[in-house]
Amino acid sequence: MKFSTISDLEIKEVYTADDLKNVDLEHDLGRAGEYPYTRGIHETMYRGKPWTIRLFSGFGTAHETNRRYQLLLEQGQHGLSVAFDMPTLMGIDSDDPRSLGEVGKCGVAIDTLQDMEILFQGIPLDQVTTSMTINGPAMVLLAMYFVVAEKQGVALSKVGGTIQNDILKEYIAQKEWIYPPRPSMRIIQDMMVFCTRDVPKWNTISISGYHIREAGSTAAQELAFTLADGIGYVQAGIEAGLDVDEFAPRLSFFFNAHSDFFEEIAKYRAARRLWAKIMRERFHAKDPRSWKLRFHTQTAGCSLTAQQPYNNIVRTAIQALSGVLGGTQSLHTNSLDETLALPTEFSARVALRTQQIIAEETGVVNAVDPLGGSFFVESLTNTLEQEAKTLIEKIDEMGGIIAAIEKNFPQQEIARAAYHYQKQLEQKEKIIVGVNKYVQTEEESIETLYIDEAIQKKQVAALKKIKQERQDASVREVLEQMKQAARGKQNLMPLMMEAVRRYATLGEMCEALKTVFGGYTEKAVI
Amino acid sequence: MTRPLRLLLSKAGLDGHDRGIKVVARALRDAGVEVIYTGLHQTPQMIVTAALQEDVDGICVSILSGAHLALIEQIYEFLKKNKMQHIPIILGGIVPEEDFKKLSKMGVKKVFTPGTSLKDIIDFVKSNILPQA
Repeated sequence: MKFSTISDLEIKEVYTADDLKNVDLEHDLGRAGEYPYTRGIHETMYRGKPWTIRLFSGFGTAHETNRRYQLLLEQGQHGLSVAFDMPTLMGIDSDDPRSLGEVGKCGVAIDTLQDMEILFQGIPLDQVTTSMTINGPAMVLLAMYFVVAEKQGVALSKVGGTIQNDILKEYIAQKEWIYPPRPSMRIIQDMMVFCTRDVPKWNTISISGYHIREAGSTAAQELAFTLADGIGYVQAGIEAGLDVDEFAPRLSFFFNAHSDFFEEIAKYRAARRLWAKIMRERFHAKDPRSWKLRFHTQTAGCSLTAQQPYNNIVRTAIQALSGVLGGTQSLHTNSLDETLALPTEFSARVALRTQQIIAEETGVVNAVDPLGGSFFVESLTNTLEQEAKTLIEKIDEMGGIIAAIEKNFPQQEIARAAYHYQKQLEQKEKIIVGVNKYVQTEEESIETLYIDEAIQKKQVAALKKIKQERQDASVREVLEQMKQAARGKQNLMPLMMEAVRRYATLGEMCEALKTVFGGYTEKAVI
Repeated sequence: MTRPLRLLLSKAGLDGHDRGIKVVARALRDAGVEVIYTGLHQTPQMIVTAALQEDVDGICVSILSGAHLALIEQIYEFLKKNKMQHIPIILGGIVPEEDFKKLSKMGVKKVFTPGTSLKDIIDFVKSNILPQA
């Protein structure tokens, strides 16, 4: 019988010192807080600073989501993480015909500045950090957030947080885009330049493997495609005229915590080592902060089952533990009901408590990189690094990640891996408890959050009111200026903030840029 | 000999989760079904137009965003306009149980939720959708 990881990487019966013959303990491992950071980016890791507990949340209108945020903060969550609904993610308004049935469903609906003002009502933006999962229209939402800070009297230099803004993985995996890849990169360059100068505590891109993994990639593919995207962004920053050490410290990463415990831990450790080498050797970064791969982790949504849903609490706890043992900087734990719907207050609380139990009961935070030196973990770390490196070299040969995306390379590799895993499930070579083994015919049913269809009517009515109250001519004027800037080289960010102040809608702003940049359709391949 | 079964597979609405539909598309193709995959972000009208042009025996729609009730209802409106309401629809995605009845009343033949095996999908399709003469 073959023993292999969930990514089908073959594992030997036992690992010994022989497996680490080629490892230079001094240089390849070193100490936490030292190059190449295999053991962690901080010398004291969780003794000095616990990871940030950050639960991704958003649904309905801004009113409902604001209430959930207040509750999460009261219960001991550290930072906010905004989930937007599908129309917002695609850059269209709630009253657009394409938004039918989607408003407020898998996140909060945002059309204008007013929604963002409500979303952060009573939450001082100099006291929390916020992560926003938004990509295609990222610049619009970032502009809205900064204007909310402005209205609260908070200086932009004091505003901290992260915007996902990783458009490359949208083409690869998550598939929510507005413009074609190259103009999208220009928008990101404008944001990088603006934030580097005016919002120094803002993380401008969260380079995400999470969605790549959810789309069915292996662990090594997740690692490789994510770091290849990272290379793409660093090149873009340099091409925009920034010095690498000016912006690289504000790039962060976001990985999946899947079910194969040791493979995941090895993945995080390999990621740090590989990125440190890329930044130092390839991009000649000199500031150690540019070498450090900081990352957020989310447990694997795709591993959760609708069958026997309470088992998901156990899966999530074990996955979260791998993130912690792998040295994550922040963590989202999924709720048990997320294959069925958005989480209820009850299920979100269990997810939060899961992290608190790991942090405060288990003792795993006491020692830095507790698995460092394990023959198995070190050997697996090397294997993942090597596999990822080979894939990154292949992408380099294709002319970089954008060229690879245009050739459908990562997309096809992921689809192939997803199908391979599904076939292994059908053959019971891989097991999902409650799905292809230990199946129960009588399923327990659980209560889930139901988003009322009336939400859309409410949101559309509020949007209509704003459109009546604002000065249309001044909105049109700034939208025209944005188009002009898009045709030339002027930074779009200040104009976007001005449009936001005048209550232009998300859809109007994205549509204005689309007239210049064009849209994007993916070639449908299986 | 009858011609092979011809199915349209489509991602409706704004949802970009295409892992499931791509896996199902490959599995159906390997099982001898002629698969026409429309790709992402299809409106109800686009789906019905594609079904008409491709002369398919059934439509398989994937929606993981929660917008299934509104979208499926619209698909049926367009099917009726084109006198195509006899074409069976199968839905895959994250669908709460309380919506099953409403969907079946609209005409949906079957809803497959996460965790369904490929074999179950193939068996269902082959025994419930017949190639049109």
